[in-house]
Amino acid sequence: MKILVCVKQVPATDSRIKPTGDGVGVDLSSVDWIINPYDEFAIEEALQLKAKHDGEVVVVSIGGDKVEDAMRSALALGVDTAEVIKDAGSAASDSLGIAKGLAAIAKRHNPDLILCGKQAVDDDQMAVPAMLAELLDLPQATVVVGMEVAEDGKSAKVDREIEGGHEKIEVTFPAVIATQKGLNEPRYANLKGIMAAKKKKIEVLSAADLGLGEFGSKVEVLAVNPPAEKTGARMIEGDAAAQVTELIKVLHDEEKII
Amino acid sequence: MSSIYDYFNTETFFTEEERMARDAVRDFVGAKILPNIEAHFENRTFPHELTPELGALGVFGSNLPEKYGCAAMSNTAYGLIMQELERGDSGLRSFVSVQGALVMYPIFAYGNEDQRQRWLPGLAQGSLVGAFGLTEPDFGSNPAGMKTHAVQNGDSWTLNGAKMWITNGSVADIALVWAKDDEGKIHGFIVDTKSPGFSAPEMKRKMSLRASVTSELVLQDVVVPETDRLPEAKGLKAALGCLTQARYGIAWGAVGAALACFETAVEYSKTRIQFDRPIGGFQLVQAKLAEMHTEIAKAQLLALRLGQLKDRGEVTFGQVSMAKRNNVAMALDVARSAREILGANGISTEYPIMRHMTNLESVKTYEGTHDIHTLILGQEITGIPAFT
Repeated sequence: MKILVCVKQVPATDSRIKPTGDGVGVDLSSVDWIINPYDEFAIEEALQLKAKHDGEVVVVSIGGDKVEDAMRSALALGVDTAEVIKDAGSAASDSLGIAKGLAAIAKRHNPDLILCGKQAVDDDQMAVPAMLAELLDLPQATVVVGMEVAEDGKSAKVDREIEGGHEKIEVTFPAVIATQKGLNEPRYANLKGIMAAKKKKIEVLSAADLGLGEFGSKVEVLAVNPPAEKTGARMIEGDAAAQVTELIKVLHDEEKII
Repeated sequence: MSSIYDYFNTETFFTEEERMARDAVRDFVGAKILPNIEAHFENRTFPHELTPELGALGVFGSNLPEKYGCAAMSNTAYGLIMQELERGDSGLRSFVSVQGALVMYPIFAYGNEDQRQRWLPGLAQGSLVGAFGLTEPDFGSNPAGMKTHAVQNGDSWTLNGAKMWITNGSVADIALVWAKDDEGKIHGFIVDTKSPGFSAPEMKRKMSLRASVTSELVLQDVVVPETDRLPEAKGLKAALGCLTQARYGIAWGAVGAALACFETAVEYSKTRIQFDRPIGGFQLVQAKLAEMHTEIAKAQLLALRLGQLKDRGEVTFGQVSMAKRNNVAMALDVARSAREILGANGISTEYPIMRHMTNLESVKTYEGTHDIHTLILGQEITGIPAFT
């Protein structure tokens, strides 16, 4: 079974980010980069499937200068090979641009299964897995918290999280499956894996190598705003009854929360 | 890019796999150790259930060769791993130091190939635990005076004596015991702890390294086959060679404990309000933070260079002594300053400060006391030993 895992490198979730000077981007010059946490479930699922069904796990990504670090981390977990499109313009691309790039890589590999995190934690679009399935004309299952691959490795019964409940569906392979927290418990890299990753290959491609044009965007970002600064707390004085009366007044009349 | 926690940007001197090893261990410690370490410290227990996970992570003997089941990482990576373990707890780092530097290393360096194949893979996986028995009740800084006695009878040896302050003693599967023969020559033996006559009562009443098992080893007519004697361990020099390995790790580990205390103090000073402003805005607190910051940066540079020299095979025991002596004393001073900054909160196990501080009292004394390292340096400088 050949499994392709799509990974996005994102700023560490504890990064303190701020808008760029022009107000339409985010200053990423001093952040630490990690593998998108939802993609870790995809990697783990691929490694577990490989252990059960044999085969090969290929991790792919599109990113900038540091994208190989994310690939090396995935290789240290036990992924076999990595392939990336390194393109400085990709950061400004939109979901469709990235999905087209991933589709071009996927066509080189003819995988039995494509796994992605259900969303990236930086821009939260939740769009790439579904677009990728559409571009490749493959069945898709998103927000997956459980999956059981058939013995012959040609289909899977999956458990999707939906509003207020769960949906169980069956997809035939090849398919795109987008993973949600709860699917599995991602493993830690171990030191032997880190040393083994040194010897594994990361193939670096350009957009041109895949016959792709520039990573454009059909979406224009107008502004990026940080959350509003927290304002000072207000202390309400008086005895308990007076405090309650005042609190209700503030919440209802001034803040209009109740 | 430098941060206040790596002010001279030592990061750029580490290879990709060294950084990845450090981060992997930091993640593991954060997820598996830190949530429960205060309870283990208070209850005087070691999280034994994590031993196989530590083995799977690869921290036991991580700088030894792959063919024995180890990760074959650089000595610099080994140092960074120790730093991250001790950022968690000195007891955890001690557990890993003993297994790797004091049990696996001597089997690797002074054992024969049969002994290496027999013991190293299990020790690397954590399916076996080892202890190192050198110190005795009456012989600490002066191990050459040891009383533990080994008598050869044909193909085996009979050991009698007692060892003290032995990390992992009561939980070990094997103990590396150093003993003197009739001619006064010191040998190293791999002793099966299930052997008749061997017992290892746990030492209680510790106010330091409480999340680590410390034991006595009692040997009464324990029979050890000649095949379990380390053939290349000739004299006390071999035992001291192991200690140089362990001290190297401690020089790095102490930086981790210091960083944990410093980070706690920095965060606290920025959020603790007194006199209507964060205490970090007061000059007396800033003076303490600046001193801690500077000493940590110096210790990091010392550890970095020590690692580079060890990776080149050029490090001397004197350099290791200087780094162990400086960095542990530094960490203890940082812990004490952090405790002052946290005020009353500093003594609570809600924060890691007091735990690190009391742990570091042991670290300052074991593996060559601070004063003994002073004398090693004194001898390096003058050529005149001042030990006796």
